[in-house]
Amino acid sequence: MTPALAIILGVILGAAALGFFAGRRVPMNLENWTVGGRKFGPLIIWLLMAGEVYTTFTFLGASGWAYAKGAPTYYILIYGTLAYTLSFFILPEIWKIGKREGLHTQPDFFAHLFKSRTLGVVVAVVGILSILPYLQLQLAGLGLIVEAASDGAVSSTAAILLSFLLTTAFVLTSGLRGSAWVSVVKDVLMLTAVGLVGFGIPKIFFGGIGPMFRTLMDKAPGHLVFPGSAPGMGVPWVMSTVLLTGMGFYMWPQLFGTAFSAKSGRIIRRNACIMPLYQIPIVLIFFVGFTAFLTLPGLKNGDLSLLTLVRKAYPSWFVGFVGAAGAVTAMVPASVLVISAAALLSKNVYRAGFRPKATDAEVMRVSRLMVLLVSAAALVFALALPNALVNLLLIGYDGVAQLFPGVVLGLFWKKTARAGVLAGLLTGIAVAAFLVFGKHDPFFGLNAGFVALAANALVTVVVSLAARPSLSAGNG
Amino acid sequence: MRRGKKRALICGAVPFLALVFALPFVNRVRPVVFGLPFILFWILAWVALTPVFLFLADVSLRKDGEGRDEDR
Repeated sequence: MTPALAIILGVILGAAALGFFAGRRVPMNLENWTVGGRKFGPLIIWLLMAGEVYTTFTFLGASGWAYAKGAPTYYILIYGTLAYTLSFFILPEIWKIGKREGLHTQPDFFAHLFKSRTLGVVVAVVGILSILPYLQLQLAGLGLIVEAASDGAVSSTAAILLSFLLTTAFVLTSGLRGSAWVSVVKDVLMLTAVGLVGFGIPKIFFGGIGPMFRTLMDKAPGHLVFPGSAPGMGVPWVMSTVLLTGMGFYMWPQLFGTAFSAKSGRIIRRNACIMPLYQIPIVLIFFVGFTAFLTLPGLKNGDLSLLTLVRKAYPSWFVGFVGAAGAVTAMVPASVLVISAAALLSKNVYRAGFRPKATDAEVMRVSRLMVLLVSAAALVFALALPNALVNLLLIGYDGVAQLFPGVVLGLFWKKTARAGVLAGLLTGIAVAAFLVFGKHDPFFGLNAGFVALAANALVTVVVSLAARPSLSAGNG
Repeated sequence: MRRGKKRALICGAVPFLALVFALPFVNRVRPVVFGLPFILFWILAWVALTPVFLFLADVSLRKDGEGRDEDR
């Protein structure tokens, strides 16, 4: 066994074991499993939220974009910061209602706020359809990383099977608490890897970050400002994209759910203050992508630029370390996605749609079944039908972002009507689908999802004004 | 609206002004700052400054007594 392989396998097993034991002392009822008993303090909430920032996309996508597109990759830094700023104001309000009404999931919130079970089911379906391709993406990224880092010794399929089965196991025993603790391993490994590679790679190839940028400014200064090497991604695209993704970020059901896990609204606010700092290391990954742009022109898959450079520049055991970090980086978000999808299916589709009288214990049992179902579906899509969900993935962010107007208007504008929210949501999704699938993205230089979001907000307001208000007191 | 809340919202608007609406004016390579192209330096600087503004927003809200019910 090569050192790289031993490190990758050891880390994956160790992380899963930690997740497995994390929940052993806690009785697993519905409240504990889906929202950690609503008892998460500042540390664990921070771990959980931070665990969501760095996904495999950060490893592969941020460097891949810096390599292939250039400046447009900066949008990643911006939208996260906007999302945390918005969360500072919005999440504590959601927490308050969740606490008062005992809510666990995003559709619970919609169903309660607008007193409509139908709206809850619609939101649940939007959430599940957005989660599945995202989950598949994490698995595919995991396979790509481990296969490349082990130099083919572990096939992508084997890596996906092993790590995802382990993830499913700790999800079943520990729920959200398991994810939070595996996050510790993940964050330490990931930040170490990013730090070493981000400073190391430019140093090895150019003698430092400054000289690397000087070379790049001489050779291709256009790569460093919008639109970089991607003609459709000028300043208007960046502005509309960061607004869309910043507003959409916490509309992902699994992130929205963190609002329910916290012990208090203050904890969420304090977290929002710190989180932007946690974004800064992403810039190191850009440096790697830019170095690859200068030293490895013509790569077929830009997403592999980071791993290709790491393999060129470092010994095998270090490559294994980076691969291990990448693998755990996929496991944490994957576990949270599985828990969220299972909770949506059992609570908001099964109970709300078919068995209104089901007890919490029954929903909990169904949740566990759904974990197996969702995991199996994700595996099938990742291994057998890798292209089946591409269209869903293209529109995933645009789709969940359409929930934003409903949440914000519902919280802060008393006239918001159920019919308005439903009409706006459907309009937004229809416009996004039409523009994206009709290849009209970007639309006049703007992100298509943003155009859809604007249409959605407009329809929500107009229909709400026309309809009778459904909220007697709103958020009060 | 209470004064603290208003002040908090103004603090919260700052990152949006700097990181979205200022972009057309800062999309340039030079001047180079700390070895970084200007646009990247600008974005990084505002990502790092956002916690300061959110912290100020938090202080303003606490002056209102907001969140007292949550602090247990």
